Amino acid sequence: MSTTTTPESRSRGKAPAGERVADWADGRLGIYSLAKANMRKIFPDHWSFMLGEVCLYSFLIIILTGVYLTLFFHPSMNEVEYHGSYVPLQGQLMSEAYKSTLDISFDVRGGLLIRQIHHWAALVFLAGMFVHMMRVFFTGAFRKPREINWLFGFLLFVLGMFTGFTGYSLPDDLLSGTGIRFMEGAILSVPIVGTYISFFLFGGEFPGDDFVARFFSIHVLLLPGIMLGLVVAHLILVFYHKHTQFAGPGKTNKNVVGMPLLPVYMAKAGGFFFLVFGALAALSAIATINPIWNIGPYRPDMVSTGAQPDWYMGFSEGLIRVMPGWEINFWGHTLVLGVFIPLLIFPLVLVSIAVYPFIESWVTGDKREHHILDRPRNAPTRTAFGVAWITLYFVLLVGGGNDLWATHFHLSINAITWFVRIAFFVAPVLAFIVTKRICLGLQRRDRDKVLHGREAGIIKRLPHGEFIEVHEPLSQEQLYTLTAHEQYKPVEIGPTVDENGVRRKVKMSEKLRAKLSKGYYGGESQIPKPTVEEYKEITSGHGHH
Amino acid sequence: MKKLSARRRHPLAALVVLLLALACTGGLYAVFAPADKAQADETAQSLTIEEGKKLYAVGCASCHGTGGQGTSDGPSLVGVGAAAVDFQVSTGRMPAATSQGAQIPKKPAVYSQAEIDQLAAYIASLGAGPAIPTEEQYGPEGADIAKGGELFRNNCAQCHNFTGKGGALTHGKYAPNLEDVAPKYIYEAMLTGPQNMPSFPDSTLSEQNKKDVIAYLNAVNSDESDSPGGLELGGLGPVAEGLFAWVFGLGALVAVAVWVAARTAKAKKS
Repeated sequence: MSTTTTPESRSRGKAPAGERVADWADGRLGIYSLAKANMRKIFPDHWSFMLGEVCLYSFLIIILTGVYLTLFFHPSMNEVEYHGSYVPLQGQLMSEAYKSTLDISFDVRGGLLIRQIHHWAALVFLAGMFVHMMRVFFTGAFRKPREINWLFGFLLFVLGMFTGFTGYSLPDDLLSGTGIRFMEGAILSVPIVGTYISFFLFGGEFPGDDFVARFFSIHVLLLPGIMLGLVVAHLILVFYHKHTQFAGPGKTNKNVVGMPLLPVYMAKAGGFFFLVFGALAALSAIATINPIWNIGPYRPDMVSTGAQPDWYMGFSEGLIRVMPGWEINFWGHTLVLGVFIPLLIFPLVLVSIAVYPFIESWVTGDKREHHILDRPRNAPTRTAFGVAWITLYFVLLVGGGNDLWATHFHLSINAITWFVRIAFFVAPVLAFIVTKRICLGLQRRDRDKVLHGREAGIIKRLPHGEFIEVHEPLSQEQLYTLTAHEQYKPVEIGPTVDENGVRRKVKMSEKLRAKLSKGYYGGESQIPKPTVEEYKEITSGHGHH
Repeated sequence: MKKLSARRRHPLAALVVLLLALACTGGLYAVFAPADKAQADETAQSLTIEEGKKLYAVGCASCHGTGGQGTSDGPSLVGVGAAAVDFQVSTGRMPAATSQGAQIPKKPAVYSQAEIDQLAAYIASLGAGPAIPTEEQYGPEGADIAKGGELFRNNCAQCHNFTGKGGALTHGKYAPNLEDVAPKYIYEAMLTGPQNMPSFPDSTLSEQNKKDVIAYLNAVNSDESDSPGGLELGGLGPVAEGLFAWVFGLGALVAVAVWVAARTAKAKKS
């Protein structure tokens, strides 16, 4: 064929290179339909929708830097003598894991910076997930159809905590060793099986010489592998469900208003990746993190004050620090409640926020899909619950850092411990009540704004001498945004006698549900939003003033 | 010889012999008994003690008792030694303020070094105790920094943190930050165990060991120590790091996100 075609006809008949490549790929991968379906995918613009991206990118950065670190890290507990560049540890005996981490920090080109990026990115990753989760929570983005994705996200957070913890443990320095000792103590406190689990995990008595190698596999392979899978599933579901959006004119439960994935969002997201990478690299170049050379090699007979886990494990540290050291002795066995009870509360704290969406959907009985986000004030009970949970979390973080609170604010550590013990029970309740009242206050403000307009701050004197403040009516868009939310009615138990006059047995769960529903949507839990009639009456009345 | 024998009955002969004898004895005494100088020192020492006693009566006796025997307001100072006095007074912990908190803090010193030496001499005279260490004892020569680090982590880090940044104790007490504390005072603190600190006499932590610990602290927690990773964030570990990650890490990224989100295609409509 080529022999018969002239140069001109070839150039006319052949598609541009890009099209040919796409054609070639489509013939083998079938990407055309995939691209057609997704390239015009719309993403709404709001800064808080980018928190998930912060997490995704820091996760990628952690993987990239982590791969570099594995090239130089030796996950071994063989004892070696240090003769590297760091003078204050010369001649000290240490594990190979610790020595290779020192070498990464001082003798590998770029090693310290990469290590610091890896660690800072991990802290920011977890913080990002926390904030992202709270964004989803407070806007009600977890409602149908996104409950499963909420759970995926929650699992990512928990797995991130444990991946972080195992990574923190790998350098085998005095701080991480203390952390693992803490974990061993928690495992040992489990009745009956604790000892067996501990011996299984550490290959014998703590510390043994296995755990660094085992934690290494868990840290670089098992947990990140699961997380990567979950991240992909999480993203696929985001695509499948489409993104939520805040209420506003033109935005309905059946559309998404925003920018298309290609080219706008792709450019934005790609640029944002480099911004995140740049910010984390700058952070790592400015501030040191986990200076293991100062901390020294782990020896089970040593411990330092200020031994805390990274922040995301801080609440578990708080639980253990404020728990009274109770124990029960019977038949020669000891049940260490002082450790075991915190170990039980630890998962409960996490699970309580994870199951909330299911409780809420049970209370409302709402089976519809929701793609329009709630403003937190319009769901006072949910918002109050979220704030109460954050308060509990923060109180426990205070408990976990009680020594630093004591030294920096010149307080007694005992007083802080007692404060945390009491606040653990009281502060979430107070936070709940206060938040709910604030939400209701804001709802009233919205109602006033809709009915009477914005206070313009302009004082007018009428001809007969009266002073009035001019209220500026809201625009149609603002009116819509403020009144777009729907308000539930409390669920009724229904008639307790059936059509034949026979008394129906009302189940306990039914009663509970009605009670909760009243708490959620009863007269004291929401301010009725202005109706069209009210609005018309008020606005028409203006002329008669 | 003849001349000498001719004058042996001279009226002044006895005087000359006496002078010679005196010179001889004096010379011999000077040669064989350096106690002469000691004698003079002792006088000076007793003078110093006298001075110290006067200072003590004015500044310390109200709490520690007129003879250092202690009262309900202050412990007995018999046998605490000059090192304890030098540490407590030089670092300004003594004299303590009347209304003190859980622990007596470090303050600017009230007395001059000469006065502190006088007080120390007086207290040392009340009963045997550790003396003020010399520069040879706490100086950096011949110290093993790595060994000092190991000793520090084994004996001190429980309260003072990995590199001596300080930590909390019960009921508002604390182990202070050891940054730039003069080697002499670190040595004295180890020797005498001020306030809540246990003492580490030479039988527990040898002179060489103390030297090593001081050299370690100088290497990791002083002006001279460097932080290869950047800002130290107080050297306090994960709590400070977590706060920094939230405020400057996530804070910066949220700011960036707000900036990116604000730059949408719609922004061109103006």
